[in-house]
Amino acid sequence: MITARGLTKHFGDVVAVDRLSFDVPPGRVTGFLGPNGSGKSTTMRMVMGLDLPTAGTVTVNGRHYHDLPWPMREVGALLEARSIHPGRSARAHLLALAHSNAIPARRVDEVLELVGLASVARTRVGTFSLGMGQRLGIAAALLGDPGVLLFDEPVNGLDPEGIRWVRTLLKHLAAEGRTVFVSSHLMSEMALTADHLVVIGRGRLVADTSVADFVSRSSRRSVRVRSPAVDRLAEGIRQAGGTVHSTPDGSLTVTGMDAAAVGDLAASLEIALHELTPLASLEDAFMELTGDAVEYRSAEALRSDGHAAGAPVPRPGGGP
Amino acid sequence: MTIHHTAVSAGAIGPRPAGRAGLRHAARAEWTKLWSVRSTGWSLAVTAVAVIGIGVLATATTAHTWSTSTDLPDKLTFDPTRHSLTGFFLGQLAIGVLGALVVSAEYGTGTIRATLTAIPRRPVVLAAKVLVFGSVALVVSEALAFAAFFIGQAILSGSAPHAVLSQPGVARAVVESGLYLAALGLFALGLATVLRHTAGAITAYVVVLLVLPLIAQAVPAVVRDAVSRYLPANIGLTILSTRPTARLIGTPTFGPWAGLGILLAYTVVTVVVGGILLVRRDA
Repeated sequence: MITARGLTKHFGDVVAVDRLSFDVPPGRVTGFLGPNGSGKSTTMRMVMGLDLPTAGTVTVNGRHYHDLPWPMREVGALLEARSIHPGRSARAHLLALAHSNAIPARRVDEVLELVGLASVARTRVGTFSLGMGQRLGIAAALLGDPGVLLFDEPVNGLDPEGIRWVRTLLKHLAAEGRTVFVSSHLMSEMALTADHLVVIGRGRLVADTSVADFVSRSSRRSVRVRSPAVDRLAEGIRQAGGTVHSTPDGSLTVTGMDAAAVGDLAASLEIALHELTPLASLEDAFMELTGDAVEYRSAEALRSDGHAAGAPVPRPGGGP
Repeated sequence: MTIHHTAVSAGAIGPRPAGRAGLRHAARAEWTKLWSVRSTGWSLAVTAVAVIGIGVLATATTAHTWSTSTDLPDKLTFDPTRHSLTGFFLGQLAIGVLGALVVSAEYGTGTIRATLTAIPRRPVVLAAKVLVFGSVALVVSEALAFAAFFIGQAILSGSAPHAVLSQPGVARAVVESGLYLAALGLFALGLATVLRHTAGAITAYVVVLLVLPLIAQAVPAVVRDAVSRYLPANIGLTILSTRPTARLIGTPTFGPWAGLGILLAYTVVTVVVGGILLVRRDA
């Protein structure tokens, strides 16, 4: 259980985290969603006792991190991909950490096996790929078999196989009853991994809700339409004030009109419909909620016509 | 890749011990970290080569030229103990690099975040670093002091005056040279804790050891006489010598033990300031 109350961090005049309060309970994957620069990493660093809050508190299992007697046995974290001496072997890095929390050396070999790095245990970390570095960071987080786990952007730099591996691992850890708190700026990634979302923008809490609720709160819905008379239908929708986006598979994605309005319009134009599916895009919901809170907005994020909604295509959610 | 369920699940690390992660655990971790990077072996090897190699070079040259030399003042002030320890002036740079790296490499590579999350009580982490590196530096420095002394005297004997440990001040000079070198290593570790940057820490260390004496040469004599006894370089020269060095240096000096006390005070102050900053700053 992670508990933040009024958590605030200023860096000079910049307010990185602003009166953030949330709970991360055990047994489910809680996604920590926000655009780049919204304060996710700073929040996680405050949980881990690395940054001192300017105001407010954050505790793990009711205690400040600093007061945990055996921190690695209670909390594990993957904070930055590369925070390991490149000249040290994977095993030596983990062994030093194990010693610091009275963890037996055989556990080091166990976690190396678990993350698939056993064959390169004695290789210097400097030769590792980005994905191997991430795996080593995950091994370090799991070293103390902790009940609380934090992962800051764990799939960054991973190949598709690695991404799937991380997703499976996160769900598995939560299913074991652990507290799993995972940050991402990718809505689509969170949709696949998280059960619950803590959404922040510009350091402020935007939403604390289930993934399903988060999607349904989105007012900008879109509708997928298939028709043999696509061009005529698109023209009609535009005249009716809707926005149409063609997709490569020949269907249309309509925004600005709901499914009923599109159906009625097609009927009045005597156009047959082969599909009429209301869609809700997690990314659109995210954009809408954090719209005012996004530090840097890309041109894409400002575009109003949406995209092939619901497709699990990762894309930066408002990064520059 | 599959996840081996048995390995993740609880029970894999045994029951939680009593107490909390403390100095003993932190020291074990620091010991593992110290010997698992190549820079440790290299720095110590360079220190050894500098101390012994230059000692051999200096004493061999003297042994070769003593009988033909006509430099009478030079011969009258010849200190065979200090001569065999000449390599310490280079060795102190190498041990300083290692002392700085013990802390600054963690900041340079980001390992400091893993270290401080494993043991969030930061003074304990710093104390463990001081303990582990200090012990290694002390053992290595003392071994080098005695090795350089005995090798140097063996080379000198027969062709030039040489020293034995039982002579006044000789054992003191040899033992204290090792203490001096270890203290400087810890001083560099303290500088690195304050500055958190390898290049910055080593630069500061070199400035204190080598540049301050040059500045002292450039200021008026009244100022020079007042301050130069506090310079680590002059303290070091006194420590390595078996006879008074005031005439050699040209300014008043502290005695060898008082000098070491001052050097240790610098080290303690630097490490404590580093510790206070370590606690206060975000990692």
